[in-house]
Amino acid sequence: MALSHLSSTRSNRLLRPLAAAASSLCRPISTSTEPLVIETSIPFTPHKCEPPSRSVETNPQELLTFFRDMATMRRMEIAADSLYKAKLIRGFCHLYDGQEAVCVGMEASINKKDCIITAYRDHCTFLGRGGTLLEIFSELMGRQGGCSKGKGGSMHFYKKESGFYGGHGIVGAQVPLGCGLAFAQKYNKDENVTFALYGDGAANQGQLFEALNISALWDLPIILVCENNHCKDVNLFLLLDFLRLFFTLLLLWNRVLNGWLFGRWHGHC
Amino acid sequence: MATVFQGLGATAAITAAANPLDSNKFLLSSRRSFSGKKTSLVVVRSDGSLNLNTGSSAGARRLDQLVTNAVATKADAAAAASASKPGHELLLYEALREGLEEEMDRDNRVCVMGEDVGHYGGSYKVTRGLADKFGDLRVLDTPIAENAFTGMGIGAAMTGLRPIVEGMNMGFLLLAFNQISNNCGMLHYTSGGQFTIPIVIRGPGGVGRQLGAEHSQRLESYFQSIPGIQMVACSTPYNAKGLMKAAIRSENPVILFEHVLLYNLKERIPDEEYICNLEEAEMVRPGEHITILTYSRMRYHVMQAAKTLVNKGYDPEVIDIRSLKPFDLHTIGNSVKKTHRVLIVEECMRTGGIGASLTAAINENFIDYLDAPIVCLSSQDVPTPYAGTLEEFTIVQPAQIVTAVEQLCQ
Repeated sequence: MALSHLSSTRSNRLLRPLAAAASSLCRPISTSTEPLVIETSIPFTPHKCEPPSRSVETNPQELLTFFRDMATMRRMEIAADSLYKAKLIRGFCHLYDGQEAVCVGMEASINKKDCIITAYRDHCTFLGRGGTLLEIFSELMGRQGGCSKGKGGSMHFYKKESGFYGGHGIVGAQVPLGCGLAFAQKYNKDENVTFALYGDGAANQGQLFEALNISALWDLPIILVCENNHCKDVNLFLLLDFLRLFFTLLLLWNRVLNGWLFGRWHGHC
Repeated sequence: MATVFQGLGATAAITAAANPLDSNKFLLSSRRSFSGKKTSLVVVRSDGSLNLNTGSSAGARRLDQLVTNAVATKADAAAAASASKPGHELLLYEALREGLEEEMDRDNRVCVMGEDVGHYGGSYKVTRGLADKFGDLRVLDTPIAENAFTGMGIGAAMTGLRPIVEGMNMGFLLLAFNQISNNCGMLHYTSGGQFTIPIVIRGPGGVGRQLGAEHSQRLESYFQSIPGIQMVACSTPYNAKGLMKAAIRSENPVILFEHVLLYNLKERIPDEEYICNLEEAEMVRPGEHITILTYSRMRYHVMQAAKTLVNKGYDPEVIDIRSLKPFDLHTIGNSVKKTHRVLIVEECMRTGGIGASLTAAINENFIDYLDAPIVCLSSQDVPTPYAGTLEEFTIVQPAQIVTAVEQLCQ
């Protein structure tokens, strides 16, 4: 990206031959709209249904837009992280970096009439639904220009006109709401679906199973998506971190002790 | 003639003297002076026997009659039962059903969901016949999953549907407290006004006949703090139908509290379409000596006590506050300015109940007009016992009301 910028700078005579050389070294990215069929690597494990096909049809231009969106999302989340550490974003800030492919892939196959509802890790989902970076950062920092006028915060992003229903702080509470969205679609005889996203922590919630039961009972047009980012398992990694810290300190203490006992330091004094 | 009442916005729901729209006030005052209209009151006594009395309607020009007669005489009763009277007679649950049916006819987006509301017709027969008329999708039988189907109703309301969620007993809605508090109450605010939640949550609550502690809950005290919702309590077939219709038409989430023991009250209601204002209190009996504020079933205990009080020479003014959140401080304030003494009679618990909030609100706003401290009669802070005699002790009885008025008016 820096190379292409260099090649486009105007009237820099010194750098022009350099830029020309640089652009020839630059690898061109195809923006063709020729259909491209990609086979996904991991097979689906179906349960009482037909697995979807593993071949996905796309084209290089679309793939480039995916990349751009995901890169924007990644940069946005990292910036949000820095802002949070600088205490310009207060309260809670749940980041979606690493999971961008989920929402970008989902957006690629649906339209704005389909509804999406998710939990509090909603910055990128909101961006994918048509939100702007200005709205996101304004909301995160509590300004009027935010998507919820600064009244919601990180966990309450909504965009009614694009079918994004939030943005919910209580783990698992968005899943029954998602059933309601799907029920309304069935009631109004819309040919649309609802995506209700939840995480590995919400998979423990009773209301999730109630919602699954209700969805099956009334054949609701809902797709429940579990994003397992292992956030629930934070305790395991915390323990490993502590163990690592402990053994590092043990090694350090061992060295200090050896140094003092065997007088290796005397040589340095 | 039908008028559409717009409730106050959720973020502006304050308990200050909220004047209803002028047109609303005109409509209601014209209704009260509707000549020839008499309301029939069924007084449910604490020992279970029913007393069919015709109470006088609230009209200023009939004040002198009311002082001597808290209830109409035999001659009036005969006139009230004549067939030439306008309107039709029905029970409270039928009035609720009528209101519901009219709104479902009027607007396709109105739907009902709850346990046994469909084919069974509702555990208190409020939705009887509606599933056959409107179909399974509009009158939805839910499984026993309050959290899920209340959340579902709220999600549907976010898209523009107008669901009515019925809790088979209000106490079961405790399981949906998260959905009601966080989603129903707060979504309008946290989304910056993008979503309105035009949902109605209704169900029977209150102390019944030996139903036990868990089925005799009064949830109005738990819900009253939730920002963003409105609460109303109906007590007669007239206001039940009116409040049901107004709640459905409101853009705000409304919780309509019914009482298990009031479903079989009979009253004559007008044939033409009408709505009750969600934020207005009802003047049951104008008076001079003391203001008694009450709602739901306690209204009947108060009216029974009023009979005794009138015989003893007191002139109580009885107001059914109806709107539990926000309070109608306009009507209440005018009454306090007139009588200077307030007694609150409620079925809520003593601690943190509606009476406690109302006492604080009146003290804050009308302290200069009070001649005596506000007395609040509420239920005991205990789980409702199963034994009938003990159950009677936990709620306010007419004799206690009489004693309290006598003490206050000394």
